[in-house]
Amino acid sequence: MATETSLPLEYSTKQNEMNILGFWIFLGAEIVLFSTLFAGYFVLEGNTANGPAGHEIFIFKDVMIQTFLLLTSSFTCSLAIYQMRNNNVKGLITWLVVTMALGLGFLYMEINEFIHYVHEGATLQTSGFLSSFFTLLGTHGLHVTLGLGWATLLIIQIARRGITPVTARKTFIISLYWHFLDVVWIFIFTFVYLRGLVM
Amino acid sequence: MSVDQILVTGDPLILASQIAILLTIIGAVVGITYFKKWRYLWEEWLTTVDHKKIGIMYILAGVAMFFRGGVDGLMMKAQTSRPNMEFLDAQHYDEVFTTHGIVMILFMAMPMLIGIMNVVLPLQIGARDVAFPKLNALSFWTFFVAAMLFNISFVIGGSPDAGWTSYFPLAGKEFTPGVGNNYYAIALQIAGIGTLATGINFIVTILKMRAPGMTLMKMPMFTWTSLVTSILIVAAFPILTVALAFMTMDRLFGAHFFTVAAGGDPMLWLNLFWLWGHPEVYIVVLPAFGMFSEVIATFSRKNLYGYKTMVASIVGIAFLSMLVWVHHFYTMGNSAAVNSVFSITTMMIAIPTGVKIFNWLFTMRKGRIKFTTSMLWSLAFIPCFTIGGVTGVMLAMAAADYQYHNTMFLVAHFHYVLIPGVVFAVFAGLYYWWPKMFGFTLNEKIGKWHFWLFVIGFNLTFMPMFFVGLDGMSRRMYTYSEGLGWEGWLGFSAAGSLIMAAGFAALCYNIYWSFRFASRDVGSDPWDARTLEWATASPVQHYNFAVVPKVDSLDPFWKMKKKGTFKLKKQDIKEIHMPSNSAIPILMGIAFGIVGFFLVFEWFTLAAIWSLGIIACLVANSFDYDDGYHVSAEEVEETERKWRGDL
Repeated sequence: MATETSLPLEYSTKQNEMNILGFWIFLGAEIVLFSTLFAGYFVLEGNTANGPAGHEIFIFKDVMIQTFLLLTSSFTCSLAIYQMRNNNVKGLITWLVVTMALGLGFLYMEINEFIHYVHEGATLQTSGFLSSFFTLLGTHGLHVTLGLGWATLLIIQIARRGITPVTARKTFIISLYWHFLDVVWIFIFTFVYLRGLVM
Repeated sequence: MSVDQILVTGDPLILASQIAILLTIIGAVVGITYFKKWRYLWEEWLTTVDHKKIGIMYILAGVAMFFRGGVDGLMMKAQTSRPNMEFLDAQHYDEVFTTHGIVMILFMAMPMLIGIMNVVLPLQIGARDVAFPKLNALSFWTFFVAAMLFNISFVIGGSPDAGWTSYFPLAGKEFTPGVGNNYYAIALQIAGIGTLATGINFIVTILKMRAPGMTLMKMPMFTWTSLVTSILIVAAFPILTVALAFMTMDRLFGAHFFTVAAGGDPMLWLNLFWLWGHPEVYIVVLPAFGMFSEVIATFSRKNLYGYKTMVASIVGIAFLSMLVWVHHFYTMGNSAAVNSVFSITTMMIAIPTGVKIFNWLFTMRKGRIKFTTSMLWSLAFIPCFTIGGVTGVMLAMAAADYQYHNTMFLVAHFHYVLIPGVVFAVFAGLYYWWPKMFGFTLNEKIGKWHFWLFVIGFNLTFMPMFFVGLDGMSRRMYTYSEGLGWEGWLGFSAAGSLIMAAGFAALCYNIYWSFRFASRDVGSDPWDARTLEWATASPVQHYNFAVVPKVDSLDPFWKMKKKGTFKLKKQDIKEIHMPSNSAIPILMGIAFGIVGFFLVFEWFTLAAIWSLGIIACLVANSFDYDDGYHVSAEEVEETERKWRGDL
């Protein structure tokens, strides 16, 4: 039931408008959540308790690749929204799939990274620093994983129903979510990895 | 794992509870089956997305939890009534004060307030439901399941016993190896999810669904307080989420957030806990302020004095509430400068709060006050709460706090804030909005028994605690020896708690009596009230308003009555869109509960398997394209005619 045609499809119904506002507020809560995780990390980052410090285990090249994958996925996600605005189902699905592939690549790299750390003897149980490191990174990774599952469900719905006010709204909301995860990653990259390497 | 490790054994009190719980469950199942009420229960309540029914379920659960938390309180009072009592041992006493705190704050105060918000808020702004009805149901079910999970702890596995604040290192695995504290970490996490969802839901509802013409500064005061509370929920609850996640990581997975030996920091827990915990105090007290504002204005027959300063003071309180958390641990080695800053921010909260007190007093000034039961609660609130507030300013002074810290003086202080501030408000709200929910008023005479017993009992219970506190009794002491001079005070206090319990019994009797005998002929507006929730039938028809009212001022219903514009035009009635019921919220809640239970016992494989249940619910919800249904204009007309007479 599209009422106002001057607005994008995802804003065309009152319920959609409310869902999107609700999701923005949810992202506000997510900012508090990640801020708290970061605060915990900053408190504990120096407490390595005979375990390795960040610069001893971080592999800069892999982190750069992860960053590249995730930032690019944010760009392709925008392209998906652009295709949605042009009412191009095929383009929308294609770019969503590309976004997911990049996200999967990121996740693969991150899991490998974690396995590598564990082999080096750097586990959740090693020190306060590593507990907070794995929890912060793990929470972000879990968000990415959930996003991938969510996007899969969405692609099925778009394929079945095309671009309707409901699917458009859902796509728009997941794009907000995906960009948000990218923003969090920029903070992780800067304050965990770059800072960790020079400390 | 043997039965011994799962069920708590060897204590006659607990054995009796286990038998009682079993019998209650059997009785409920047999009763519902015998009266063939399963279908009714499922269709009308368990799968409902109607904000009014969800609110009523919240309130019922809240009353039950009040009973549970109250029994904990009575047990503590019995144990400390005489020196060297041997009613509870130290371990049992620790568990009792821990669960008392958690149950009262998170499973009594929160659901009571959120329940009343659910019932009243959409009606006050002229909306047909909340913004996300299904999410609202999920909020309820996660809360309910979490409350049940937390409540079974004392018979299955053992209750948490490190205090409601669960400070580390005591709350860590090393010093508290049992599963008790896992219940704390997991049950609170599940409840927190629901609360956060409620916060988001109410913010969007208030911002987007107000009746035409109701600008922000024309909203009723209860709506304002609900909005600000919801914002505080969104700002504060994620901090609890993370703190509990850290705790879970430490206890279940051997991480070192809070264990000093491997580089953890117990102070991190304290800071995070109170970064949530202090705003939480205002999350529960602000809606209560809103209720008093409505009740006092209605029964003084005047509009609320100083509306704008009321709004400003709520916002001020909310802002300051995020900046005072360190005052909970002045004594833990902060520098004098840090303590001074937090001392000042804490004292500053007294200013907006004082503004509110004076506004309520000026609202009553020259009003024609009606002494109904809900007005009595509001009147008693003002002096009692002021005692709590003034002792709060005493505690806020960091240097002096070294003397009061962790004594019974503190315990008396926060009971003087939370009981008048929240419990009195909930009672005032229940008496006030009861006819809106059920179509009959609670009995005023029994209500006055309830009021006097409870208020007298409350003062007798908690006033002596100030004095034993100043005499050096620290909180959480399970026993004490003779000759300290405390016996008299604590004996009084125990007697007072029995009077308070009698007050609660009077409330239960009142509910029973009124259900059976109260007149059903009280109309839709028994109090001659001012706001929109009274501009529709009592009990409210499921679509709330046949035609959404137009608003051009504060107290719109009052204006409508004065101008005689409170009439429904037949041609304005159109078909109404309503959301459909859904089984997903309750099923998802149950899945959360089962996963939570397995996590408590650290049975990770089972927890992982049942997590699939949560995911299945999410998937089902994603594919659910049910767009609700329409109530036809004829049906609306029919329903309206029933309570309005002619149209």
